[in-house]
Amino acid sequence: MITMEKTLLDLEPGMQGTIARFIGNPGFVRKLRTIGIREGKNLTVVTRHPLGGPVVIEVDGREVTLGRGMAVRVVVDVAA
Amino acid sequence: MKTVVLMGNPNVGKSGIFSRLTGTRVITSNYAGTTVDVSRGKMRLPDGPAAVIDAPGTYSLTPTNPAEEVAAEILGEADVVVNVVDSTNLERNLYLTLETLERGVPAAVALNLWDEAGHQGITIDVAGLERLLGVPVVPTVGLSGQGIRELVERLGEARPSATIQPMSEEERWVAVGRITGEVQTIAHRHPTLADRLSEASIRPTSGLFIALAVIAAAFLAVRWIGEGLISYVFEPLFDLYTPIAMRASDLLGPGILHEILIGHLIDGEIDYVQSMGLLTTGLFVPFAMILPYIVAFYLVLSILEDTGYLPRLATLADTFFHRLGMHGYGIIPVFLGFGCNVPGALATRVLETKKQRFIAATLMSLAIPCMAQIAMVFGVLGPFGLHYVVMVFVTLALVYVGAGLILNRVVPGECPEIFLEIPPYRAPDLRATATKTWMRVRGFLGEAIPYLFLGILLVNLLYSVGFLDLLAAAFAPVIEAWLGLPAGAAVALLVGFLRKDLAVGMLVPLGMSPEQLVIAVTMLTIYFPCVATFVVLLRELGARGMLAAAGVMVTTALLVGGALRVILIGF
Repeated sequence: MITMEKTLLDLEPGMQGTIARFIGNPGFVRKLRTIGIREGKNLTVVTRHPLGGPVVIEVDGREVTLGRGMAVRVVVDVAA
Repeated sequence: MKTVVLMGNPNVGKSGIFSRLTGTRVITSNYAGTTVDVSRGKMRLPDGPAAVIDAPGTYSLTPTNPAEEVAAEILGEADVVVNVVDSTNLERNLYLTLETLERGVPAAVALNLWDEAGHQGITIDVAGLERLLGVPVVPTVGLSGQGIRELVERLGEARPSATIQPMSEEERWVAVGRITGEVQTIAHRHPTLADRLSEASIRPTSGLFIALAVIAAAFLAVRWIGEGLISYVFEPLFDLYTPIAMRASDLLGPGILHEILIGHLIDGEIDYVQSMGLLTTGLFVPFAMILPYIVAFYLVLSILEDTGYLPRLATLADTFFHRLGMHGYGIIPVFLGFGCNVPGALATRVLETKKQRFIAATLMSLAIPCMAQIAMVFGVLGPFGLHYVVMVFVTLALVYVGAGLILNRVVPGECPEIFLEIPPYRAPDLRATATKTWMRVRGFLGEAIPYLFLGILLVNLLYSVGFLDLLAAAFAPVIEAWLGLPAGAAVALLVGFLRKDLAVGMLVPLGMSPEQLVIAVTMLTIYFPCVATFVVLLRELGARGMLAAAGVMVTTALLVGGALRVILIGF
């Protein structure tokens, strides 16, 4: 399957992807990993709130809310 | 005596396990030097009694906030650790498990929410996990008590893990993946009604409707329960009490003691709102006017918390609060502040940076009236028409947004974004809800009643020595010329520092127009927090932060008060 890299913020609600890597310092990476957002995991975008609001994703059946500034630093592989 | 510490991620039902282990005698207090609540209790281990500490929920032992710091520190006190794990989310929980076991402390693992995992088609090989971790592993259901007895028995076998050795962060992640892969199987399942409801409540449009419905239902429930308690419990009690108080009044006869204890009679009768005696107004206001709403508010809040709705509300509110320099969690101090500003001020801790906490605390002090005050505002302004009450709240809402937009621009510092896990919806545990409500109500009584008594006592004493008239004269220029209120309102504003509810009541005998009452009541909310909130804020913000916040408050009060005067009364 051909994949391409996108940031989490580019994914439309309902789209799925595999977490590839994070752009940020070790503290940022740890924060994401300990809440369950880890490299290799599949995620689904549940919703993206308008007007600069947060993104809600689902990983392993759990929903997590994160701000757009964080979402843009999560790199995801999606089917092209 | 041994110390047992409960460690676990947030939202894993740790406090449910705690209350199962300890029974009723539980003390919740601030952890030394912080405002993080830690519950302590006692339990019986196979080899004798032990102390139990419920550490705050944390995702790892490398802390990212004060609550997590406390959790990491409490681990140091442990002779035995019970690591409470969410069975429906083993992989994420195992990181903390490994970190804990690496410390070499004797431990056991409680696989909590075991029933929920079953419903979700998740099976965990308990014996396999026990072998891999090298410590006892027991499936539990905190809500029903299933597995608790076995957990206690097996705490006797808790030893430092022989299989888990200290490792690097990357190695730990690999180990988490390996262990999860070996012991866990997940059957495919279709989305349930709860899943659909969960998604609907975090999508922008449907979520907003649900949020409005939930908030409206919450406030209606508070009103309905509060009014019910007043008319069926507290007013009948005071009807029984009135003859006793009247008799005391006759026995005391006129004089200063009568003034202080009973207050002044109105048409020869005790008027519980206006008499201002310790044994009349001093008892009636807290018990018959405020306590019923406090009970109702905390009951509803506990239910909202325990069902898992608040993180969804925070998600929805984020777009708004983000613009005011906070993020979605900013709604928590607001919500709590409506009950009582003191827990509201403490709840600013859910925000990460100094800037965010300063904004949250200042805005709450400015524009969020507590339940006691709200009850009095409805009682005092309501008879003139509901639109006067609406005026007060619309003004306060505008102040909240306006001051927030400005503070976000001018306060230096960082504004980290929202980042939270949305737990599944759960039915609240009625026992835990009742306990939590009771603890909060008890906290309110301990906090409010002494100040209320002190306030009334002080007013009576100062009044009888003529000090209040002096004070009213001193503040008269501001109060009369700027705000358009009678000079006597200065006294109420002063008393508002002690108890705002009492101060609202003191406005009644001044015979103001409803417009003047709107101004006075709004001023009472904005100009300064009550003394209890002030003390907490001083601790939270530091002296400099509090000074800045106070500056904002006084300035806002004068500006808004002046504007209201021009709009409502004219020059």
